Amino acid sequence: MNELNFTVISLFLIIVAATLVITYFAAKRTNTASEFYTAGGGLTGWQNGLAIAGDYLSAASFLGIAGAIALTGFEGFYYSVGYLVGYLVVLFIVAEPMRNIGKYTIADMLTARFDLKKVRGIAALSTITIVTFYMIAQLVGAGALIQLLFGIPYWVAVIIVGVMMTTYVMFGGMTATSWVQIIKAVLLMAGMFIISLIVLFHVNFNIVELFTQARDASPHGASYLNPGVGSDLPLDTISLMLALVLGTAGLPHILLRFFTVKDAKTARASVITATWIVGIFYLLTIFLGMGAVIFVGHETIVANNPAGNMAAPLLAQVLGGDLLFSFIAAVTFATILAVVAGLVLSGASAFAHDLYGQILKKGKATEKQQVVAARVASLSVAAMSISLALFAQNLNVAFLVALAFCVAASANLPPIIFTIYWKRFNTTGAITGILSGLISALVLVMLSPNVLDPDGNAIIVGDPLFPLANPAIISVPLGFLGAYLGTIFSSRKLDTEKYREIKVKANTGFKEEIDS
Amino acid sequence: MSNSKATIDYEKVVSDSKFKALMNAKKRFIVPMTIFFFLFYFTLPVLASYTTILHNEAFGVITWAWVLAVAQFVMTWTLCIMYTRKANQYDRMADEVLEEHVQIDRREVS
Repeated sequence: MNELNFTVISLFLIIVAATLVITYFAAKRTNTASEFYTAGGGLTGWQNGLAIAGDYLSAASFLGIAGAIALTGFEGFYYSVGYLVGYLVVLFIVAEPMRNIGKYTIADMLTARFDLKKVRGIAALSTITIVTFYMIAQLVGAGALIQLLFGIPYWVAVIIVGVMMTTYVMFGGMTATSWVQIIKAVLLMAGMFIISLIVLFHVNFNIVELFTQARDASPHGASYLNPGVGSDLPLDTISLMLALVLGTAGLPHILLRFFTVKDAKTARASVITATWIVGIFYLLTIFLGMGAVIFVGHETIVANNPAGNMAAPLLAQVLGGDLLFSFIAAVTFATILAVVAGLVLSGASAFAHDLYGQILKKGKATEKQQVVAARVASLSVAAMSISLALFAQNLNVAFLVALAFCVAASANLPPIIFTIYWKRFNTTGAITGILSGLISALVLVMLSPNVLDPDGNAIIVGDPLFPLANPAIISVPLGFLGAYLGTIFSSRKLDTEKYREIKVKANTGFKEEIDS
Repeated sequence: MSNSKATIDYEKVVSDSKFKALMNAKKRFIVPMTIFFFLFYFTLPVLASYTTILHNEAFGVITWAWVLAVAQFVMTWTLCIMYTRKANQYDRMADEVLEEHVQIDRREVS
């Protein structure tokens, strides 16, 4: 074995050891449901901001966007813009009310106004759908990447990641998950800064020079710096941008993070911290992508992985040798672990808290039963995702992340917004809203070029029945329309009193229970 | 451990002019800013997909597409800073409302 493998494996083992130590200490204090799901609500704004960034910036962002910018130039940068601006929706519309009226899950927030099992069940179903798609995409991507980076078989890679994420969540709950995400965010940002600085150093810190060299290095030439490389339908770009900007505010694993702080003010501070970190990160993707096309070259990137996923690690290798390559490989591994742990936790909360605790046990489960249920649910969610990921190895799953954003924007966001801001909104509207957003997004994707491709590049061979790869531009309005029509055509009478309570709580942070 | 229960009359709060002022202040900032950032955000894909104006060079070889995309970052951060300032005001207004209306019912819980 050569020196490269030794460095990679040592760094890999350091990360594994550090996260297990965290999990050990976190497990000792994870004895109640509140500690399991929200780390007791005791995180500071800074810690939670870093954890949100750690939860959000997936390996798909880090490697995928760098690769997309390297191969297609401006077209790849769309994702960076959309993933960032989505935080304004979170900050202005969702974060503070969510903290003020929710408890552990999105369903808690909806049922604070509509106390009905059906609403909770359907909200949990939507959370589970999003988490499943996101998780398969992350695990399949992770397996393939670890296979490339460390030279181990795909199934071994998936099992390693699976065992790690299960351990963090099952034993250490939200406390361990948060700290894994915080450490990952710091490591990832460090990696991004180091590579960006070296790239800038090579072009004498001249941005115009960087763009000129990237344009000359890319086979696309002048069009590398223009929109339009690799996209066919203008409406598809707009639809994707809609899913990205609205989806963030409906992602269960991100919304879950607002319950880990003590009040709305801290939730706001954490969104602001996250927005700075996430923004700087996405801005730096320009340097990574362009650096890769200049110093690694288009052909070499494609030869290693046609989607460009190896652009960033290859760039690290060229610029900083085996040491930097090993560091970036280890950072990628930490990134994968932090994101999948967040996903397992949010999936487990929908199963254990919503379906078991509130629906099956009618909210009467003891503290101990709740924690046991949460642990069992984490194990089951993890086991289910690992099996799906092993089965899905050869499928093209890149579109699943965009689909998860689309379902989040279509099914979760309309009822969240209406619950907080619309007086007339009612139970029927909440149910029809979630279902119309969820079903339309799923059906349209099944009929889209992601699934049906005449040349056999997708799951089924055939002509797509729906032309857009991303259905958000249809399914988001359908989600809002479903919620609206369900409300106005139902015979339920207006519950002014309940809405007053929600309005006061959402805007002032009033709570009946005060712990002292 | 002591545990207190707070009560509040929601109807009174909602009709309190201070609460109404808080709601109006929030609305006056959030509604126009949200409309603004959505319009500004969609300007990018719309101009990029349906016109070629963004293909013109702005600085050296750097095209307007990149300038408008990076402007989205600046816009996001600027709105974050503006919102933080406003939100401190909202916090003070909300605290005043709560001070006036919340009644705390203290009781010891073992």
